[in-house]
Amino acid sequence: MSRLLRKTGSILARLLSRKGSALALLFLSAVTFAAIFANFLPLDPFGQKLVNALKGPSATNWFGTDELGRDILARVVYGARTSLLTAAGAVAIAALAGVPIGLVAGFFGGWRDAALMRLVDVLLALPAILFAMAMIAVLGRSQAAALIAVGITGIPSFARITRAQVLTLRKRDFVTAVEAFGGSATYNMFRTILPNSWSPIFVQVVVLCSVAILLEAALSFLGVGVPPPTPSWGEMLRTGKSYLHEAPYYAVLPGLVLTLTILSFDVLGRALSDILQGRRDVDVVAKAGEASS
Amino acid sequence: MVDPVLSVRGLKVDFGGEGRSVPVVRGVDFDVYPNELLCIVGESGSGKSVTSLAVTGLLSETARMSGSVRLCGVDVIGAAPETLRQMRGRDVGFIFQDPTTTLNPVLTVGRQITEGEVAHGRLKKADAHARAAELLREVDVADPEGRAGQYPHQFSGGMRQRAVIAMAMAGQPKLIIADEPTTALDVTVQAQVLAVLARRQAELGSAVILITHDLGVVAEVADRVAVMYGGRIVETAPVAEIFANPRHPYTRALLRSQPRIDTSDARLDPIPGQPPTPGALTKGCSFQPRCAVGRDRPLCMTEEPGLRPVGDGRLSACHYPDELGPDTVPAAPRAVAEAASATAEPLLIVDGLKVHFPVKTGVLRRTTGWVKAVDGVSLSVNPGETVSLVGESGCGKTTTGRAIMGLIKATGGSIRFAGRSVRDLDGAAMRKARREMQYVFQDPYASLNPVLSVEDIVAEPLKIHGIYDEMGGARRIAELFDMVGLSRSMLGRFPSEFSGGQKQRIGIARALALQPKLLILDEPVAALDVSIQAQVINLLQDLQAELGLAYLFIAHNLSVVRHVSDRVAVMYLGRIVEESSRDGLYGLPVHPYTQSLLSAAPVPDPEVRDTRRRIVLEGEIPNPASPPTGCTFHPRCFRATARCASESPSFGRYQETATRTSCHHAGPLAEAHRNVFAAGSLEAAS
Repeated sequence: MSRLLRKTGSILARLLSRKGSALALLFLSAVTFAAIFANFLPLDPFGQKLVNALKGPSATNWFGTDELGRDILARVVYGARTSLLTAAGAVAIAALAGVPIGLVAGFFGGWRDAALMRLVDVLLALPAILFAMAMIAVLGRSQAAALIAVGITGIPSFARITRAQVLTLRKRDFVTAVEAFGGSATYNMFRTILPNSWSPIFVQVVVLCSVAILLEAALSFLGVGVPPPTPSWGEMLRTGKSYLHEAPYYAVLPGLVLTLTILSFDVLGRALSDILQGRRDVDVVAKAGEASS
Repeated sequence: MVDPVLSVRGLKVDFGGEGRSVPVVRGVDFDVYPNELLCIVGESGSGKSVTSLAVTGLLSETARMSGSVRLCGVDVIGAAPETLRQMRGRDVGFIFQDPTTTLNPVLTVGRQITEGEVAHGRLKKADAHARAAELLREVDVADPEGRAGQYPHQFSGGMRQRAVIAMAMAGQPKLIIADEPTTALDVTVQAQVLAVLARRQAELGSAVILITHDLGVVAEVADRVAVMYGGRIVETAPVAEIFANPRHPYTRALLRSQPRIDTSDARLDPIPGQPPTPGALTKGCSFQPRCAVGRDRPLCMTEEPGLRPVGDGRLSACHYPDELGPDTVPAAPRAVAEAASATAEPLLIVDGLKVHFPVKTGVLRRTTGWVKAVDGVSLSVNPGETVSLVGESGCGKTTTGRAIMGLIKATGGSIRFAGRSVRDLDGAAMRKARREMQYVFQDPYASLNPVLSVEDIVAEPLKIHGIYDEMGGARRIAELFDMVGLSRSMLGRFPSEFSGGQKQRIGIARALALQPKLLILDEPVAALDVSIQAQVINLLQDLQAELGLAYLFIAHNLSVVRHVSDRVAVMYLGRIVEESSRDGLYGLPVHPYTQSLLSAAPVPDPEVRDTRRRIVLEGEIPNPASPPTGCTFHPRCFRATARCASESPSFGRYQETATRTSCHHAGPLAEAHRNVFAAGSLEAAS
């Protein structure tokens, strides 16, 4: 446990030592904090004051107000809650389904590999947004439906990444060693191979977060995402675009937050992959040095 | 006096960035003269490869060099890149360890061999093919005209390395640098390649620097030897002197820690501790912590000794070079475990074991053939006995071990362990059988799970079998650590914090956790440094005596096998060709393959290299997917007759001896009962 803490600490320190990833981390922490503690902030996303409709940014309404006189900043903060919740749920679904698929396919190979990976290929072949819209058409429009739909489109990436990782680890001696002293296939998959595969899976979690947020925003923008009046960034873009002339801040500010959030996740994902992958390279070099001659 | 081809003075190489630079080479002086073969010997991390790259200016940008290097009249340090390029193309040839990565897979071998000469304008493109064929002929490649037009993947390993030698020698360079040129090759192929290298050197009169860790190779080919340790040369001397009378404690310790094929010492004398890492050297002499002579003497603790003359062209970097007497270790053979083998029921009986892998081709993945990796292997192991399986790569020895362990499915034959059949067991039954039979892997770096602490790694078998508490829990793990000579304070650490030798000890501790009766040891010391090998071999022998373990020892190193075994089985192309007691096999080999294997193994004794006659086998191990007809060894055999090509010999007892063999023409070489290693006794093989 203490090792895990130490490792997390060292990864965090290395993220903070890079300018880009430090900024991304800072921004995402602020967004997450606001989303979690939105109830305790002096913000009201639902209070309508029609007299205040479409007022520009001011001291009371920092981001201005919308066509119903609601505070846009409040709606952005509550919208972050929607976005992050959908992203978290979707990534959880994708990882919980994708990782075991990849494990089983890579570990056993043969017909199981063929069957599972063809299934994954089918998912991959469908355009994510169309598939999600079809899912929502079946399930009805709700946050849960959006979450499940986005989650399912994320399964192939986890399955493929995990399978690739399993294939490189499968023939390693330490996996064979567990087999040799009597460990079962299930034990080997979950206790030996999986703990050695965390790095790429973790990077994928971060990367998929940005994809999920974008997809959720796109669904809301098309009017099939989270139903109103729940605030959502995509929904705000959708209504905001009608008032682009008289109130440009209405669409631009939430759009900016959305862009920055996605950008932050991408920067973070790339930095993590550098750090985690880079660390492995160092190990390999050290080993090669010892083993040569 | 002739001018040296290469003259190195005070060469230092540092790696790493500002603030934390790591000295890898720390002041090296040496000369190489024309027509001389200098061997640089050292363990990993001693700086020998870096030295060879530094003298030709091939190090990467991150390395900082100082000192002086004069190669054929060019000052290498500080020279312009273009000067270096010209110099390398004209005066230096390189032979690297792995011929598979040295050759470019998308160009024909002929083109690569002549590429340098064409690029430097010494050869016309139109003449290149003829020249390539000529060069290949000079290194004994059959059908050189045809071969020059082929790609590297169509060459076998030994042929590729000979092509690399041809390439290195093409420009008639004044200096050839060979970095572990035979380490990746099998012993019979190594003998071919070394012979070609030596002959071509003599013909061209080049100087050669040969870098190796194998003292046997040194004794076979070197004129002069430089021993490196911790980034410095600690001793240089003519080859005969260094073996007869080493003047540095490290050299002597290295010689004494290696098992020799011509003797089998009762116990190896390992060098304690670990080789130094370049980043963390001790104050004073870098060998001092492991030294038997200098131990704790104030001078050795404080002052690093310089390389000083110690008589007749010899140099030694030791404060007390005269305290080393001549080497007087008696060559007493290890007692064979006779008592156990005579009475007890064999622990493991393998009969007619077959492992065939299907060859699938085409879109439909239809089986078009079979690779007979193991084709009818029979052997038995008695309790407390060590049986070795020896053979070259691809002979099926590892597959045999893994099939016995149940890691690969056997396609035929029977495996009986402790009276029960263990072939084709599933699930619980297999798990139970495996408790008493354990496996130790070759590569200690790959066989430990990097995310578990070593305590968890050793405890894992017990936990899987649900007997962790029953066996004593943490106390048992600590006991196992004591048993393999690791400190209990290391329990919480992770594999990456250990050296190769320590990792192998952890692997052995894990294998012992379930109190097995049989250990299958798959090349357990092949990946370790020479001085560490001896520690692990001694440990294995102690554990065997203490716990009454039986070992199935899989190896290619004939010296190590002679040292550890009670009985030895020699494998060739999936079959055992000869099996006997250790002394029977090494004293009186009757199968021609065993005879040539033994004669090809380098002996670390330069005295016998001119008198000992070797059987250099032609060709290499055939593809097991399409083995030769009849006796599979007949295309390479020096006794083969027409009968061998058509009729497969059966495996049976040879005359009245304990030896079993499969050969139509089995018999000792020339005169009976004469040790192949007695100088000059070996009949020419033709």
